[in-house]
Amino acid sequence: MGEFDFSVWQPSLPFIRDGLLFTLRLTLVAMSGGIVIGTLLALARLSPIAPLSRIAGAYVDLMRSIPLVLVILWFFLVIPFITGSPVGAETSAVITFTAFEAAFYCEIMRSGIQSVPRGQVDAAQALGLGQAQTMVHVILPQAVRNMIPVLLTQTIVLFQDTSLVYAIGAKDMLKAADVVGKNYNRPVEMIMLSALIYFAICFSLSLAVKQLQKRVAIIR
Amino acid sequence: MIEIRNVSKWYGPTQVLADASTHVAKGEVVVVCGPSGSGKSTLIKCVNGLEPFQQGTITVDGISVGDPKTDLPRLRARVGMVFQHFELFPHMSVERNLALAQIKVLGRSKEEAAARGVALLDRVGLRAHAHKFPGQLSGGQQQRVAIARALAMDPICLLFDEPTSALDPEMIGEVLDVMVELAQEGMTMVCVTHEMGFARKVAKRVVFMDHGEIVEDAPAARFFDTPASERAKTFLARILHH
Repeated sequence: MGEFDFSVWQPSLPFIRDGLLFTLRLTLVAMSGGIVIGTLLALARLSPIAPLSRIAGAYVDLMRSIPLVLVILWFFLVIPFITGSPVGAETSAVITFTAFEAAFYCEIMRSGIQSVPRGQVDAAQALGLGQAQTMVHVILPQAVRNMIPVLLTQTIVLFQDTSLVYAIGAKDMLKAADVVGKNYNRPVEMIMLSALIYFAICFSLSLAVKQLQKRVAIIR
Repeated sequence: MIEIRNVSKWYGPTQVLADASTHVAKGEVVVVCGPSGSGKSTLIKCVNGLEPFQQGTITVDGISVGDPKTDLPRLRARVGMVFQHFELFPHMSVERNLALAQIKVLGRSKEEAAARGVALLDRVGLRAHAHKFPGQLSGGQQQRVAIARALAMDPICLLFDEPTSALDPEMIGEVLDVMVELAQEGMTMVCVTHEMGFARKVAKRVVFMDHGEIVEDAPAARFFDTPASERAKTFLARILHH
């Protein structure tokens, strides 16, 4: 049995930092894009226009029924095949994650919108607000507020899932750890390091969400 | 001001309004009462088109509510409504609650809306609470804010849907006081309520409903002193001996 040699962690830090920055950027972009598109999808799903609601529903069902890693691979391989020009791994990752996460944020926003009592809609409409105004000023702000803990929990899952871009060779934190591990022939130590960083970030975020949940509970 | 003619409404196979007709003249206060499930709330929600109806006509200030060509948001902006559960917007301060529709619907400037809001809060005795959120107020205070919010739109009439039935008994008075004042100033009001003291004091007429029908539509004094129908007698006996 070999011995651990953690001295490799020191020289790996600049690479890990760059990888982590990409991971964070990917998470933030996919989260914001996912929430915006997810909200639009949720509005489409709840729309009385049947075709619109069906298309949005089909999209969500499709995305939720395919493993993420397959979506990542499929997009990375198929798009160049169709368009003739390759998409970089990073761009591909951003687009795929946004599109995939949108389906999950859609379901969260949908239940958020449905959690707003019917009376609020009546009150807004009784004041003469139109449908769009009611949605923008009365329903969505409350939906987001009700769903903040769930949205953040989903974002923590997203943060972990970004490690799957490993499959297409995008330079995220796990990839950086992998490369350093191979160069120094210390793969186990490097995988331990990236696991520690994932754990530290996710665990502190989870604690923060719990705190937030308590505060939201008091405000309500 | 409000004309309700032969209105019927069904939820699926269940009829909730049966050939209801009544009217409210300008400056009149009409109280709608009846056992729960009698269709009173449904009826007033039909008046501003929050509930659709299948038969009959309702006109408000000459505008037909059921006509698909009617600009409902525009009509609703002129008809104030106060709800049983207040329905203030919980994510907005009291002043924002009052300003939102003034700005977005009436196109008033922020300053104008704020000034009108403060004046109305003053009127319902809550000026000091302008910056608070609805969750920080008592039920009675919230309902008074809700009345101020409706008044901020300078409505031609006000609809009250059981405005005191979700309140603790000690808070009912403060809300009724505001309503009595409005009535005495000549505001046209339709109030679904079980507050018979209020009805006696300010109502011109009482409309008594049961099973979706308007069973009696009589001057308030006559309704209380000599109700014509057995159903109204039973109802009054139950509610007054309570």
